[in-house]
Amino acid sequence: MSKVIALSTATRMEPQRLETPAPMIVPNEQVDVTAANRERQPPVPKMETAIAPVSRTRTRVAAVLRAILLPALTFLVVLAIWSFVNAKITSDIPTPAEAWTRAVEVLGNPFYDAGPNDMGIGWQVLYSLGRVMAGFALAVVVGIPVGFLMGASRAVHQACYPLVQILRPVSPLAWLPIGLLIFQAKDPSAIFVIFITSIWPVIVNTAAGVQAIPQDYLNVARVLQLGKLEVTRRILIPATLPHILTGMRLSLSVAWMVIVAAEMLTGGIGIGFYVWDEWNNLNVASIIVAIGVIGLVGILLESVMNLAQRHFDYNRR
Amino acid sequence: MSYLNISNVDVVFPIVNGTYIALREVSLEVEKGEFITIIGHSGCGKSTVLNVVAGLLQATRGGVLLENREVNSPGPDRAVVFQNHSLLPWLTVYENVRIAVDKVFGKSKTKAERHDWTVHNLKLVHMEHALDKLPGAISGGMKQRVGIARALAMQPKVLLMDEPFGALDALTRAHLQESVMEIQATLNNTVLMITHDVDEAVLLSDRIVMMTNGPAATVGEILQVDLPRPRNRLELADDSAYNHYRAEVLRFLYERQRRPDAA
Ligand SMILES: Nc1ncnc2c1ncn2[C@@H]1O[C@H](COP(=O)(O)OP(=O)(O)OP(=O)(O)O)[C@@H](O)[C@H]1O
Ligand SMILES: [Mg+2]
Repeated sequence: MSKVIALSTATRMEPQRLETPAPMIVPNEQVDVTAANRERQPPVPKMETAIAPVSRTRTRVAAVLRAILLPALTFLVVLAIWSFVNAKITSDIPTPAEAWTRAVEVLGNPFYDAGPNDMGIGWQVLYSLGRVMAGFALAVVVGIPVGFLMGASRAVHQACYPLVQILRPVSPLAWLPIGLLIFQAKDPSAIFVIFITSIWPVIVNTAAGVQAIPQDYLNVARVLQLGKLEVTRRILIPATLPHILTGMRLSLSVAWMVIVAAEMLTGGIGIGFYVWDEWNNLNVASIIVAIGVIGLVGILLESVMNLAQRHFDYNRR
Repeated sequence: MSYLNISNVDVVFPIVNGTYIALREVSLEVEKGEFITIIGHSGCGKSTVLNVVAGLLQATRGGVLLENREVNSPGPDRAVVFQNHSLLPWLTVYENVRIAVDKVFGKSKTKAERHDWTVHNLKLVHMEHALDKLPGAISGGMKQRVGIARALAMQPKVLLMDEPFGALDALTRAHLQESVMEIQATLNNTVLMITHDVDEAVLLSDRIVMMTNGPAATVGEILQVDLPRPRNRLELADDSAYNHYRAEVLRFLYERQRRPDAA
């Protein structure tokens, strides 16, 4: 009993963001309804069935139109503000049309290679992604076991929690000089910064996940007399996987933001330095294109993690 | 010596300022094949008794003997059906039972036999149609059925059930009670079941153990239920013996053990 009590009464650390997907982004069926909630709701008779099929198609069409028109409207407002800034505030900001022309140029040939100082935007993105993946992978490899230990052992939790709390809010870029001193090279320093960025959400969410395992699951394991290894493999890991994936998703999105800033400081090939370089050349249209590309890659990373969650998280299967 | 022997069990919990005496001198003898329900007010210590028998909780004094062997850690010979089903949500219905079957019969049965045994037990609780469903996709009553199948599949010496139908609606509860009686008629398990439903207690039990209120709760009275089996709830509704038993339990709960705070 004592072991399990220690597990459940260990001071709980609040998860970074125990997240349920934002309901407005995710279609209704995918919003995390806990099983308990689901079974308590009696099947609601669908109102739509009473409506004639014609008007149902009409509602469907209207919904699709709205889904296209409303974002388009927002986009137009942004374009208007942008044009206003160009016309009335500073003409150094190019017009949307100029930016579009530049985008066609840049994206038309993303993988040209004219020496280390002049490469296509595709290469820049790939180099940045490479650093993010290296740092992120290291953070996952180190963070998950540390989080497990913190979640499972009260002593480890007490030992590590204050340190995590102090370091977590520090801007990862503050670590860059330390990285440069230790590694004496740009690439490992940038990877080091991404590692530091990514590790906290992984640790905190993993630990919270282990602590959130219902006592009942552990009691099932005890009645079945599962060994330590079996408990880890068959209970602890699957039960915490949703939390771990949430932590990884948070890490990855922050890491992608941080790499741009880090590369602006370290230089070399990468989307961050690309932005900095174009700024030095006063090539603002390229910067705007880069911002768009950074955003799109961010969405891509997010959806990869979503896919992973759909696959591994039993709540979402 | 009886089959299951709970003798002079005290359980004392450490709390913030001192200790809380949950159970004092709880003793009960259960014969093989008996169906016993434990009834008592909320918080009196029913789960504590069950957890001591399960080995999930250590008695402060006294102890439990099963077939003359002392019980002091959990094991599949005392399978537990928990109140909130506690199926593992990442395993399918089939896998939830199979994990128990593999653990208990991993050495004594072949793979094919273990598969058959898993399906057999799910058939017993009428859940063979949902083998590949995740627990999140079936109703509360179905989950409880799977929980029972998992426990039965361990072929326990004693089946322990902690308010297994507590969270279910009346109709589902009645269905599951029928299933339990049907299974009991074939397997004749030794069962220790907690309930706070008087009708359920009388319908299912050979004996009803009524517990006094805590702190220091203990066995207040034991009622022998001599109704012939199979029992039919509709016929029993007008049966004078049945109503007599029912009244006995109600009298114990609401006259002799009226909750001090429920004036
Ligand atoms: N780990 C614990 N530490 C301190 N007190 C406890 C602990 N577990 C149970 N208790 C106390 O012991 C008493 C009996 O608890 P128990 O869970 O056995 O009651 P119960 O009869 O099963 O109640 P219910 O019908 O509500 O399930 C309660 O007053 C409870 O507060
Ligand atoms: Mg209880």
